[in-house]
Formats: sequence, C-alpha cells, structure tokens
Amino acid sequence: MNLSIDVLEKDNCSTVRLSGEIDVYTANKLKTRLIPLTEREGTVVEVDFSQVRYMDSTGLGVFIGALKSTKKHSSHLKLTHLNRRVLRLFKITGLNEIMDIEER
Amino acid sequence: MKAFDFVEMRIPAKAEYVGVVRLTVSGIASRMGFSYDDIEDLKIAISEAITNTVEHAYNDKVIGEVHIGFGIYDNRLEIIVSDHGESFKFEDIKEKIGPYESLESIMTLREGGFGLFLIDALMDKVEINNDYGVLVLMTKYKNETEVDDDGNEISATSVSLD
Repeated sequence: MNLSIDVLEKDNCSTVRLSGEIDVYTANKLKTRLIPLTEREGTVVEVDFSQVRYMDSTGLGVFIGALKSTKKHSSHLKLTHLNRRVLRLFKITGLNEIMDIEER
Repeated sequence: MKAFDFVEMRIPAKAEYVGVVRLTVSGIASRMGFSYDDIEDLKIAISEAITNTVEHAYNDKVIGEVHIGFGIYDNRLEIIVSDHGESFKFEDIKEKIGPYESLESIMTLREGGFGLFLIDALMDKVEINNDYGVLVLMTKYKNETEVDDDGNEISATSVSLD
C-alpha cells in the first residue's frame, strides 16, 4: 500500500510513472514530485497510470492542482494509460472534460 | 430486528491506516459475494469517509481514533465511519441518523474536494450525522445496477472476477 514515483526528464517532456495506490497517505508525496515539473514553461508532463491499482478523491485533488499549475506556467499535463476504474472517477466527477486523458 | 453480523474496528486517525481498512472492506465484501466493481466502489467510499475524519483529526492537532463498523446483511453491507471514540450502539445510531440535508454537514465533508460527492455516487444510500462528531452511515446493496448522475447504467454488464 504505497506509491512509487519514477520521473524521466527529457528535453521539454517529463514522464511520470506511477505504481501503487494514490490515497490520503501517498497523495502529498505525489503532489510534491508532480507540481514542480509543471512549473517549467512549455514542458509537457505525461503521467503514466498503467501501474496505478487504486485512486480516490485525494488523487483527483493532486491532478486538479497540477492542471491549475500548467495553466499558470504555460505547460501541459497529459494523463495516459488509465484503467477503466481510474478513468471512471474522472468521468463521474466530470474532470475528463477539462483534462487531457488518453485511455488505456 | 433482523439478525446480522457486525464487525467493528478502530484505527488511529492517521493516513497510513486508510489502506488497512480498504483491505478489510475488500475481504468482507468479497466474502459476501459482491462483484469486483462493487468491491472497488466500496474501497473508494470507505476511504473517502476515513480520509475526511483523518483530515479533521489533523486540523484539531490531536490524533484521535476512527471507528468503523460493518453491518453485514444477506442483501447489503452497511458501513459506519465515525471519529467519535465510543463504541457503537449500531441500532441506536441508525435511528438518530437521517439523509444528509443540512447544508452545514455537506460543507464540512466537502473540504477535501470530491470526497462526499464520490461516496454519494458510489453507494446506494448515504446518511450523515454531526451530533457525534462526524458520522457517516452508508449502504451498498448486492446485485443492484448502478446508475451515475446522468441516469446512465455503469458497469451493469461487468463480470465478477472471483
């Protein structure tokens, strides 16, 4: 019940590979790693969800925060490889309408 | 009063224990025969309720306890989450609780963002009472087709993986 976060930074694209569970325990750690990546102008931050086994509203909060940060710093956030369960959370809350999401 | 099994647990109001409760609800719901999707919904709903009490506890600067009760019936699982320390008198509490209508209690629970919204979307029935600290009673029925906010069926055709 933890979350591992691997960041690969290359030119103007950062890839964030997540593995594990995003909940109230791990969300702060994710926020601390993710937000600074979105603060560089013109960068694309791609978050790979393929190994995310669980996420709840604490995770949604982190990605809302990251999206706000991209608007402020002219960067871009892209969420990729979401499984059906995680995608469903974005759909229920309507956040899929404002986020760049690529389904698995 | 119909017979039902009752499982109770008490955890420190700390973030690292939310995952432990998820494992517990997963075990109970699996034993009851809930579908894979329903179990995932239950895990999120219970985590949201506990996250809320954990955040309250941190605001108060005192680490309290969260009390979780599972009422296991033939056709449904009832879950109580409370940040009030005393043991439950399950039937008494159920009598005093009502559907959430008070604007105040909704605002309290929405502090974390989408928490209460998700509980409401994922469970069949949700009741909240603030007289005992924060207390949430939520119910999920077995084999009921879920409906989202737009009235569309969700995962009605999904197959149980167990």
